[in-house]
Amino acid sequence: MTFGYILSICTFASIYAILILGLNILTGYTKQVSLGHAAFFAIGAYTQALLVTKAGLTFWSALPLSIALSMTIGVIMGLPSLRVSDDFLVLTTIGLNFIVMGITEYFDFFGGAMGIIGITMPTLWGRPLSTSGYFAITALFLMLALCVSYLFSRTWGRLAMEATGEDEEAAQSLGINTALYKIYAFALSSTFTGLAGVLWAHSIGSVFPRNFSFEMSVLFLSMLVFGGLGTIRGAIFGAFFLYLLPECFRFIENYRMLVYGALLTMIVILQPNGMLGRGGLLDRCFSKLTKKKAENQGIL
Amino acid sequence: MLLNLQDVEIAYGRIKVLWGISLCVGEGEIVSLVGANGAGKSTLIKGIMGIVPLRKGCINFLGHDISKKHPWERAKMGIAYIPEGGRVFPDLTVEDNLKLIASLCKNELNVRKRLDMIYSLFPVLRERLNQKAGTLSGGERQMLAIGRALMSKPKLLLVDEVSMGLMPKLVSSVFETLKALKDSGISMLLTEQNVSEALAISDRGYVLENGRITLSGNSEELLENEQVKTSFLGI
Repeated sequence: MTFGYILSICTFASIYAILILGLNILTGYTKQVSLGHAAFFAIGAYTQALLVTKAGLTFWSALPLSIALSMTIGVIMGLPSLRVSDDFLVLTTIGLNFIVMGITEYFDFFGGAMGIIGITMPTLWGRPLSTSGYFAITALFLMLALCVSYLFSRTWGRLAMEATGEDEEAAQSLGINTALYKIYAFALSSTFTGLAGVLWAHSIGSVFPRNFSFEMSVLFLSMLVFGGLGTIRGAIFGAFFLYLLPECFRFIENYRMLVYGALLTMIVILQPNGMLGRGGLLDRCFSKLTKKKAENQGIL
Repeated sequence: MLLNLQDVEIAYGRIKVLWGISLCVGEGEIVSLVGANGAGKSTLIKGIMGIVPLRKGCINFLGHDISKKHPWERAKMGIAYIPEGGRVFPDLTVEDNLKLIASLCKNELNVRKRLDMIYSLFPVLRERLNQKAGTLSGGERQMLAIGRALMSKPKLLLVDEVSMGLMPKLVSSVFETLKALKDSGISMLLTEQNVSEALAISDRGYVLENGRITLSGNSEELLENEQVKTSFLGI
């Protein structure tokens, strides 16, 4: 394994972590399960690819536009969530995934099955970034996403979203505008996911419809559930662990869906809150460790 | 009049549940809504809160027609709802459950004051501050639900089957609390299957049967009424 290879793996893992942080706001807080997040990922990536290759914009000028479009579609997708919920919302999100994939595959404007190639590395101070430079940028965006997630998790907004997710009627009767918070969650989530799409398009240099298949959406949800729904550390852990797993064990690659499926089933049965969620396996290990430390220092 | 319902009709899809309900709650009054299972008591309460849409009729609150308003708008106007079984948010801590509503009035100092008021009313909640609401016992949950409803300083409290699933001793203490709240100036509309206890603390009552109001009057009159005695009190 060369240094460059490790760097690019870390770049991709960071991109997925940003995406899962976004999914966490929607599925972790408001409990609106999305099995179509690859669609927002695709919207971010494709918009960026088109703006950079066809409109000739730079990474930095196209970035806000791509994110804005992803967020807009997120808000539009949030509207049906006011009428349908639970299983039906899941079906709607799956539908969005297939629609976006279909559009990108069918229309020549989006490159069809041949995709869009030639998305160059962004430039900084007039020089194109190297792999390590791009990793640094991605890591910075991950830090930013982490900060935003953390700050948001400490606001009333998060409480209102969780209340909406747990019992919509009760939340409404307490004066919470549940419609607003549901859409708000969609908007925030698709913003994060759009950003991940943008970063992804530049790091791989090309986008194809098959990169954003339903399987990816399943992978995203698996990452979040594996790490722990509704927790920031769980989202990061799940993204890194499930992305690095097939990278470390190459032979898993062909059986990826099988492994993810089995993992997800086991997690749901054995660790319903995820590995790092409350009461999860790793959560217990950590709290034991910190407890021991505290004992040694005579705090407890 | 604080709350005034006129000819309210509610239906779930094609199934009509309530016919021509007219009732009112005055300032500082406790009004009971009694009736058997399936009479439509909870539906009526949900209709007033706005969780269930009206088919016909109108609801007046403080002189404004609120029948087209969203539940959260009604809550902000001063209606609070204690749902059947409490329906606290199990994954949030006790304090978060309470603060959730306080968040809507923004002022930190007020929030602290309200919290202290709730804790003095229900000392057990203070002990359980950072515990998840899902780990509370049934009685504690009910107290949390009452406390949560009070956080918004409501003018009207809609109480749905507050005694359900509680042991008799707790039931009387909950009713004591409701009476104390009335004395502090909060009006209430309660639904109850525990008819004698409910009527004992209320000023007036309505009897709901198969979606229609069949009887109404002062609590004493209702308690003496032959029909009420035979159908609800088992005398």
